[in-house]
Amino acid sequence: MAGLFSPEAWNKIWIYRDTFFLGLKNTAVTALFALALALVIGIFFGLLATSGKKPLAALARVYVEVIQNTPVLLQMCFLYYALAFSNRSIGIINTGILTLGIYHGAYMAEVVRTGIESISRGQFEAAHSQGFGYIGTMYHIILPQSIKIILPPMVNQVVNLIKNTSCLYIVGGADLISVTYSFVTGENTGGAYAPAYLISGLLFFIVCCPLSSLASLWENSLKKRDVRSGKAQKSLERMA
Amino acid sequence: MIKLEHVNKYFGDLHVLKDINLEVKEGEKLVIIGPSGSGKSTTVRCMNFLETPSSGHVYIDGEELTAKNKTKLVRKTTSMVFQQFNLYPHMTVLHNLTLAPIKLHHKSKKEAEELAYHYLDVVGLRDKAHVYPTTLSGGQQQRIAIARALCAQTKIILFDEPTSALDPETIQEVLDVMIKLAKENITMVVVTHEMGFARQVADRILFMADGMILEEGTPDEFFENPTNERLKQFLGKIIRK
Repeated sequence: MAGLFSPEAWNKIWIYRDTFFLGLKNTAVTALFALALALVIGIFFGLLATSGKKPLAALARVYVEVIQNTPVLLQMCFLYYALAFSNRSIGIINTGILTLGIYHGAYMAEVVRTGIESISRGQFEAAHSQGFGYIGTMYHIILPQSIKIILPPMVNQVVNLIKNTSCLYIVGGADLISVTYSFVTGENTGGAYAPAYLISGLLFFIVCCPLSSLASLWENSLKKRDVRSGKAQKSLERMA
Repeated sequence: MIKLEHVNKYFGDLHVLKDINLEVKEGEKLVIIGPSGSGKSTTVRCMNFLETPSSGHVYIDGEELTAKNKTKLVRKTTSMVFQQFNLYPHMTVLHNLTLAPIKLHHKSKKEAEELAYHYLDVVGLRDKAHVYPTTLSGGQQQRIAIARALCAQTKIILFDEPTSALDPETIQEVLDVMIKLAKENITMVVVTHEMGFARQVADRILFMADGMILEEGTPDEFFENPTNERLKQFLGKIIRK
C-alpha cells in the first residue's frame, strides 16, 4: 500500500508499457469491427421496425427485446463457451466483435427506429406522391433528416461499445481492461494498482473523448446548416 | 384521365368513403367541396394511393392503379400539393425541385435546373432558388410546392386543401398561381374551401358529405341553383356576404 503512488509503481508501468498498448490495440480492433457490425444490424432492424409490415416489425421487436433484456456478459459467455465446448471456438477477439456487434446493434436499431419515426408523415407522403419507392424515400428524404436526431444517441452507443470491450475479461480476453487486471495481479508486475488503473482509464478517455466531441461538433454543424442559410438569405435581403 | 369505381374506404370501423364513383376528364378542373370529415381528402388521396381503397377500383390514364404498380404509375401520371406543403427541409428550394426530375425522370442536372427555374418563374419565386424552405412564408412555401409538382410534368395535379394552413393574407398569392395553372391543359383536382376560386376555375364541382358525393354540377348550377338540402346548408354557412 505504501507504494500506491510510488515512483517504483510508475516505473513498472513504463517498463511494461507495451502490454498496455497491446491491450488498447485489442480493444480498438474489437470495437471497430463490432461497431461496423452494430451499424449494419442497427440500420437493418431499424428499417424493419419502421417498414409498416407487421411481421417484419415484430421480428425487429423480438430481436431488440431479447438482446436488451439479457446481460451482455451472459451473451458473451454463451457465444464463447457454447462454441468452445462444441469444438468450434472462434477466438476471443471474434467473440467480442460478434457479441458487442449484436448487443449494440439492438440499441442502434432503437436509435434508428426513433430517428425515422420522428420524421413527419408528410415527408413520406410527399416522397410517395412524387413516385419515390421505399429505398429512394429513405435514402434521399428520410435518412438525411433522421441523421441529426440519430447522431447523439448513436455516439453514446459507440462510447459504450468501446467501454464494453471490458466484458471480454470474462472469457479471458486480451483487451485493455483484462490486460490491466492481469498486470496488477501478476507475479512480477503486481501491486501497482493505482497507476495501472489510472493509465488504463486515461487510455480509454483519450479514445472516447475526442469521439464524442467530434460527433457533437458534427451534430451542431448539421443543425446550424438550415438556420445559417436562412440568416444568409435574410442578410442578402437587407442588402438589396 | 381519372376514374374511381365503387371505391370504399374504412378506417377501422369508420366508413369514410361510401361507394364513390367519379370520372375526371383530361384537362378538366374538378373542385371538391364539403364539410370536414366528409371524405374529400381521402377521395383525392385514393387517386395516388396515399390511401389504399378498402374496395373498388381506381384507374389513372386508362390503367388500373394497384398497390403493386402505384410507385411507377403515380410517378408518371400524378403530382400532389399538400395542405402542409411538405417541402423537404434539408434541401434548398432548387434541390427540392430537381430531386425527382433527376432521380426519377432521368433528366440531367442542367435540364432539371432549367425546368426548375422555368417553374420558379411561373410561381414568381426565382430569387428563392438557393434558400431553405423553412426560411419562407407559408404562401411562398406552397408556391414552391406547386412548382415542385409542376417539375414532374405530369398530366394530373392533385391539390389537398392547398390554402387551409395559410395565413389569410397569403392565401391569394397561392390561389393566383393556381388560377394561372388552370389556363393550361393540366388535369386539376382541388379539395378546397375557397368558394371564389371554385367558382372562377372549376369546370365541375362535387359536393361531398358523410363519405358520399351528394351533388355535382357546373359552378353556375351549383351556386345559383343548389338542390340538395345539405349543400344549401353548407353554402349558407360558408358564403358570408
